[in-house]
Amino acid sequence: MLATPLQKIRTILSTIPDPEIPVISLEELGMIQHIQLVDDEVHVMVTPTYSGCPAIEQISEDIRVKLHENGYPNVKVEMTYSPAWSSKWMSPGVKNKLKEYGIAPPQHCCGNDLCMSGKCSVIACPRCDGKNTELISHFGSTACKALYTCHTCQEPFEYFKALA
Amino acid sequence: MSKQEMLSKYLIRLGDTSLMMGQRLAEWCSRGPILEEDLALTNISLDYFGQAEAFYNQAIKAGELEKSADDLAFRRNEREYTNYILAEVENGDFAQTQMKIYLISSFLEKLYATLINSSEELLTSVARKAVKEVTYHHRHSKMWLFRMAHGTLESSSRIQNGLNSLWRYTEDLFQTNEYDNFWMEEIQTNIATLKEEWLKEIKGFFQECKLSLPEDTYMITGGIQKMHTEALGHLLCEMQYLQRAYPEATW
Repeated sequence: MLATPLQKIRTILSTIPDPEIPVISLEELGMIQHIQLVDDEVHVMVTPTYSGCPAIEQISEDIRVKLHENGYPNVKVEMTYSPAWSSKWMSPGVKNKLKEYGIAPPQHCCGNDLCMSGKCSVIACPRCDGKNTELISHFGSTACKALYTCHTCQEPFEYFKALA
Repeated sequence: MSKQEMLSKYLIRLGDTSLMMGQRLAEWCSRGPILEEDLALTNISLDYFGQAEAFYNQAIKAGELEKSADDLAFRRNEREYTNYILAEVENGDFAQTQMKIYLISSFLEKLYATLINSSEELLTSVARKAVKEVTYHHRHSKMWLFRMAHGTLESSSRIQNGLNSLWRYTEDLFQTNEYDNFWMEEIQTNIATLKEEWLKEIKGFFQECKLSLPEDTYMITGGIQKMHTEALGHLLCEMQYLQRAYPEATW
């Protein structure tokens, strides 16, 4: 079955990795919200993970370049705030990729969407699976990650924060 | 004033407040007491800048303004900003900064949680995003205040001093004008309820930390009426330097 024009574009975009976490694509993160073809202009609506995500400029540029390279010279990338990005959009496969990369994937545990108390759901170390971990800071190297330390293997690691 | 105009001006107020929070916290860049906090404070700052841009963009749509978010952020004078005063005041030391983040993020968390019940998509789209982020700011600062309150005499007295310095700006958070009517009428709530809930929460927490609320404080208000403290002038001097020195500058 032949792909529709929009499907073709989405397939092209699905190859663009997140600039911060290159093992995951923007598509897998759920950042590419909406694609429209208006005459010969491609409109891509992107939803940022965090309001102040500094990678947004890079992501917009990556989208434009990728589409230009594939024969779409007229591209408009716009940010949308609605629906608000949720870490629940990450599939188990994507979460696994994160873990393999060394980042503990988001956990949506007790129903308190932003629970990071560690009381209801332990954040396990992505390297050694140790459960004796401790939150160091709610903010890590990027706004979307928190900093933890593992008391089993003594290594620090980052946790992709749940943002439900 | 039409509803759209009120909505636009209200969004600008939220944008202005976020902008000032972003700017003040950015001052901590390279000055954090430990590396993790340098990152945390600047990440929080980034969240606020992102929210400011989002609020401004929606304000522009609501009011059909012929301006950009950059114009709203960088090309206004001090008597044009409508932020809550608490956001513009100096950081003080680390303890005072955490107190400031705590006071404002606990307030914004409640405010945004209320605003998401509005039918105005331009407002709720940002509020829904912002509420999740300020919740983390609230949690982070609360952890620090608790830690410092139960630490040493030095750390607990710095927290108390921080509270003493900032308490006078908290009444300003609950000032309203005609721009608030559109959401208060629609959501059938009022600012007094918000204030009561907020006070209950922070008083409870301050009790846990053995902090005393200053009494008989002369409250400084007027932010939403564009009456600001001297601190805003200094903030704008630094923030707007580039735009004023090079008015045609573009990225």
